[in-house]
Amino acid sequence: MELTLSNNNKITISSNSIKYSDNWKLGENIFNSVLTGSGIMIIMIVIGIFLTLILSSLPSIKQFGINFVTGTTWDPVFERFGALPFIAGTLITSFLALLISIPFSIAISILLGEYFKRGIFSGFIKSMTELLAGVPSVIFGFWGIFFLVPIVREFEKILGITAYGIGIFSSSIILAIMIIPFSASVGREVIELVPSDIKEAAYAMGATRYEVIKKIVLPYAKSGIFAGIILSLGRALGETMAVTMLIGNFNKMPTSIFAPANTMASVIANEFSESTFELYTSSLIEIGVLLFIVSTVINLIGKWVIKRMVVR
Amino acid sequence: MKKLLLITLIALLALSLIQCDGEKKKATKELELLGAGASFPYPLYSKMFSEYFKANSIKINYQAIGSGGGIRQLTAKTVDFGGTDAFMKEKDLSATDGEILHMPTCIGAVSVTYNLPNNPELNFTGKIITDIFLGKITKWNDSAIKKENQDVKLPDEKITVIHRSDGSGTSFVFTDYLSKTSTEWKTKVGAGKSLSWPVGLGGKGNPGVAGLIKQIPGSIGYVELIYAEQNDLPVAKIQNKSGNFIRPSLESSSLSAQIDIPEDTRITITDTDAAEGYPISSFTWLIFYKEQSYNNRTKEKAETLIQLLNWMIHDGQKYPTELGYASLPASAIEKSKLIIKKVTFNGTNLVK
Repeated sequence: MELTLSNNNKITISSNSIKYSDNWKLGENIFNSVLTGSGIMIIMIVIGIFLTLILSSLPSIKQFGINFVTGTTWDPVFERFGALPFIAGTLITSFLALLISIPFSIAISILLGEYFKRGIFSGFIKSMTELLAGVPSVIFGFWGIFFLVPIVREFEKILGITAYGIGIFSSSIILAIMIIPFSASVGREVIELVPSDIKEAAYAMGATRYEVIKKIVLPYAKSGIFAGIILSLGRALGETMAVTMLIGNFNKMPTSIFAPANTMASVIANEFSESTFELYTSSLIEIGVLLFIVSTVINLIGKWVIKRMVVR
Repeated sequence: MKKLLLITLIALLALSLIQCDGEKKKATKELELLGAGASFPYPLYSKMFSEYFKANSIKINYQAIGSGGGIRQLTAKTVDFGGTDAFMKEKDLSATDGEILHMPTCIGAVSVTYNLPNNPELNFTGKIITDIFLGKITKWNDSAIKKENQDVKLPDEKITVIHRSDGSGTSFVFTDYLSKTSTEWKTKVGAGKSLSWPVGLGGKGNPGVAGLIKQIPGSIGYVELIYAEQNDLPVAKIQNKSGNFIRPSLESSSLSAQIDIPEDTRITITDTDAAEGYPISSFTWLIFYKEQSYNNRTKEKAETLIQLLNWMIHDGQKYPTELGYASLPASAIEKSKLIIKKVTFNGTNLVK
């Protein structure tokens, strides 16, 4: 009801400003303050989220201190909480996924940004990668369980290790597929932005296409490509549903990249609804704080690296 | 064009006003009870509450947000009743503002299921299950399993343990049974909704566990009996305290509750003395305040709650078996009646 009213008001104001052109300043001011307001609101929301997380995790911070980060036991029955297995699980799955995805995403970026800039084929691949980014993660999880896991299990049998199929390796592959669209689309855009005059100069000097890509395009676009990779890493760190379905949810330190493990986002999703006492809940929230911090730190490192990479 | 827009807006506004007004009128006319908690009995509760609405036109809104959530909502006094699969501990009860009562509504059972060639029916003792879940028995042809299953050809295959990854009443009932049959389990792992499992993979929810078991040859895990029956999963017979191997069923899980039930009904009915009872069974409870006049609640609301509780242990008891739950035995219903009698409003009993 209120919404309709305020919409109503806005409409009247905007029509006024068109009718009486001497009244333009009012509209300008309102527009300005709406923009500033939205900006401030974003800052408030981020700080607010962080503060409430910290406040609600105080009981567990008080109880465990730094041992929460270094502890390897997660035992709700005997009320001992240490988050290291989840931190390890999150970092291992995300970075492994990144490693798997980088060759593919760079290849797709070059293909779309350099070889097939326009045309049906390029349009098809572009929309397919975009579609991949839009698939809900639970569907990736399903596909992983029914298609990927049996293949990984056969692979593990050949390797001669315990053939669970699910575990860090399977989740990393799924994560890699999920994050490729993000790094690939950013990569494509920056590769397209490489000025054609320097490329043409290289061709004029007799460089082959491969040499141009290697010596001109990639060095020029590397900070942008890296930015895309950091963006995709952020997505991998926080991914919950697909990972929960594939990682095996084993709350101990992972022993190998084929072993079952658990991640920070996944343990929160799994255990929050039945966390019956305060220390348990606040420990789960503290994991949320840690995830927040890990994502922020990785983002900051990424920004710093991007700055240093810019071509001078 | 602008005029048209304005007219539409005004019309919409007027319409929404009318609607708001209509809802308000409805709300004052009809009493509505709000509940939240365990998801395990949710199919039963939604059936019961829809039948109750048909008979009494009193709307009951139950949100299956998990037992933990139910307890949190009730202690925060934002709901009229909660639902839980594990009774509240003494420590948590004393921490609440006002006495909370537990009333059982039905019985559920947890069955042990597995993936073996041809899925033979297996016999398990508590000791075998404990050792498998502790990671001490690692092969299907272990002599301990062979001893209880002499007619079955057991493969030389590695056992993969599957458990719940999400906090769950099912895990609580299962580990409560293991804790009762093995002191090693009790001291090392204990009983709870989320545990530090020594070995195995975690699946989310009953479908997650069953899915993993179907996929991994040689795996073993536990799911709610209803889920196992609906999906035709093989289930093991479990040896109870009297030494009988009992197949999980509605009857055998109901039978396990035919024991001395304490006044407050806060008891786990795993590993009971009942000779024909299936040993991994459990009550599920509704929880509510003994003194109903908190947060300016009306007496009418309190009386409505009492009526509902009464209905659930009397007329409502024909629904559990329909939906795959075991109904309460007579002894539990008697105890529940006494629980309802304890409820007061401003200190005076609501049921004479």
